[in-house]
Amino acid sequence: MSHSSVDLAARCRGLVKDFVSGATAQRVLDGVDCDIPFSAMTLLVGPSGCGKTTLVSLLAGLLDPTAGEVMVLGTDIGRLRGKSKVQFRGRNIGFVFQQYNLLPALTARENAAVPMIINGAPRRRALEKSTELLERVGLATKADALPKNLSGGQQQRVAIARALVHDPRLLLCDEPTAALDAASGRTVMDLLRAVAVGPDRAVLIVTHDSRIYDRGDRMIVMADGKVTATLEEKSMFAGHEQTGAT
Amino acid sequence: MAWLAIKMLVGDPVKYLGILFGVTFATLLMSQQIAIFVSLLKRTASQILDIHDADIWVMDKVTRFIDEAPALPDQDLYRVRSVPGVVSAVRLVYSQLGARLPHGGYRTVILMGLDDPSLSGAPTRFIAGSLQRLREPDAVVVDKAGYTYLFPNEPLELDRVFEMNERRARIVGICEASQPFTTLPVLFSRYSQATQYLPPNRNLMNYILVRGTPGTDQQVLCDAIESMAQTGPRPLAALTREQFAMKTVNYYMESTGIPVNFGITITLGFIVGLAITGQTFYLFVTENIRQFGALKAMGVDNTRLVGMILLQGFVAGSTGYGLGIGLAACFFEGTAHVPALEGFGMFPGLLVGIALTVMAIVTLASLLSIRKVLVLEPAMVFR
Ligand SMILES: Nc1ncnc2c1ncn2[C@@H]1O[C@H](COP(=O)(O)OP(=O)(O)OP(=O)(O)O)[C@@H](O)[C@H]1O
Ligand SMILES: [Mg+2]
Repeated sequence: MSHSSVDLAARCRGLVKDFVSGATAQRVLDGVDCDIPFSAMTLLVGPSGCGKTTLVSLLAGLLDPTAGEVMVLGTDIGRLRGKSKVQFRGRNIGFVFQQYNLLPALTARENAAVPMIINGAPRRRALEKSTELLERVGLATKADALPKNLSGGQQQRVAIARALVHDPRLLLCDEPTAALDAASGRTVMDLLRAVAVGPDRAVLIVTHDSRIYDRGDRMIVMADGKVTATLEEKSMFAGHEQTGAT
Repeated sequence: MAWLAIKMLVGDPVKYLGILFGVTFATLLMSQQIAIFVSLLKRTASQILDIHDADIWVMDKVTRFIDEAPALPDQDLYRVRSVPGVVSAVRLVYSQLGARLPHGGYRTVILMGLDDPSLSGAPTRFIAGSLQRLREPDAVVVDKAGYTYLFPNEPLELDRVFEMNERRARIVGICEASQPFTTLPVLFSRYSQATQYLPPNRNLMNYILVRGTPGTDQQVLCDAIESMAQTGPRPLAALTREQFAMKTVNYYMESTGIPVNFGITITLGFIVGLAITGQTFYLFVTENIRQFGALKAMGVDNTRLVGMILLQGFVAGSTGYGLGIGLAACFFEGTAHVPALEGFGMFPGLLVGIALTVMAIVTLASLLSIRKVLVLEPAMVFR
């Protein structure tokens, strides 16, 4: 049932996160333990406000933990600082956001090339690689289109190409299908499975969307800042329908 | 990353044009106004700077600017000639008086009466006639712009006559002269002729034009003349051409509203340019804030973001600067033949100064918005 740490893309132990505003502190994560193995698509579910996005932000090193440990690809990302943290994130982690956050002035091809360019790759190579990824997400014909001329599902596919262009080993997706209709949502999930899951790669998907539960391999269930269950079998997912707000 | 920064900037044409407009506007207004200001002030010293056959101007010490010099007694001329190092010292009368034109018109003119034997201080570039003819009776030479003031819309013609102080003046030459601040016609005559036109004062000469032995330090010679003149009835001032020009310019700067007037316009150019640029830049950054957040999440650190924003500012700044200077150049090119603006234009120091100011504007404008990006939580991209 449990994975040896070698197979783990990420591992959290006793993770605590408080948001302090003025004199009051709100404990949003309260001792989270979880594992995210390679070669699998892990779903992170739970009611609205239970701390899913906060956990993803900690895994990405976009927030610092109040206490506990976040190991990502063998590195304690909570301890990294400044440039080395930004660089670590830039090289190893890919993101897919609910709002696709594409740069409006750039074509699909250029948008998808951005992470490689950030990592210092020559523009030509980055554009070649992004063209290749756009092919894999089925958008070869739209490579020169601007985001405003693409549908939501197409924009999210561009975002997936962008998230994967620099071969990150951990892909973090927060509600990637929430803004899409059911069919586009399923297409996106299938795409993620096909292009993002691999022997040395892990995918974590935060979702509210029970329609796509069957696309996951494992499920981490959260409530109230804690992990309440980790389900390793698809057959068990069904009982964990959406409980919070949509 | 530079590529990305520029793509983001020009990929938002409305805001890019907004920023460009702000910079172009500021550049045009500031460069055009400063050029006019400097050129206009320089005109107050035109008649000083036009004279190249004398190094030093000697005048009554109370003189504050060229149009306000009391007359000097003839002894002063001889005393200046006696100062060691002085090769020549000749009289000059510089005055304004009225000219009555044949068809009844009346104009105020500037008259420069030149030392009879040497004609020192005479114009050098003639369009018609010649300097020799200045020795004829009643002869005056007039500058070209002045001719058109005296005889508007009439062809340049020699031997036209008019009257000053009820005495005949005949135009024997038309020359080029730098426009005076007042854009009055500039007339040249022999000193002896000028005494006929001017009211009968005991003394008329109000300047002594001095040349030193080649190689003498002009400042040393000025000091020698001044210290000699300490002992006389009234002290004299001896100034190099540049010093006297500066003194005249400074007088106009200090005692007229011109600098305030231009200062306000130039400051407005700066402020309005900064406001437009700053606000549009701020909008540009705030509207792209999610994108900047995404870039931050994807591994762009603050240093690189600041670099990107400054580069965007720099690109918009240089483009707007080029456009603004181009437009100002078109203005001066287009007005080159308007006498009121003749000789006006920009100069290298101005171009450099405006470039620096524009860079300050875009840097300030981008700094306004950089703060927003610096404090941006990259985790916000998930919201
Ligand atoms: N930057 C912040 N400052 C203060 N409180 C925050 C901040 N970010 C999140 N919170 C709070 O932390 C709690 C958990 O938020 P989080 O976004 O992690 O929930 P979530 O599980 O992703 O919810 P949803 O399903 O609605 O996206 C919420 O109560 C939220 O108000
Ligand atoms: Mg969330």
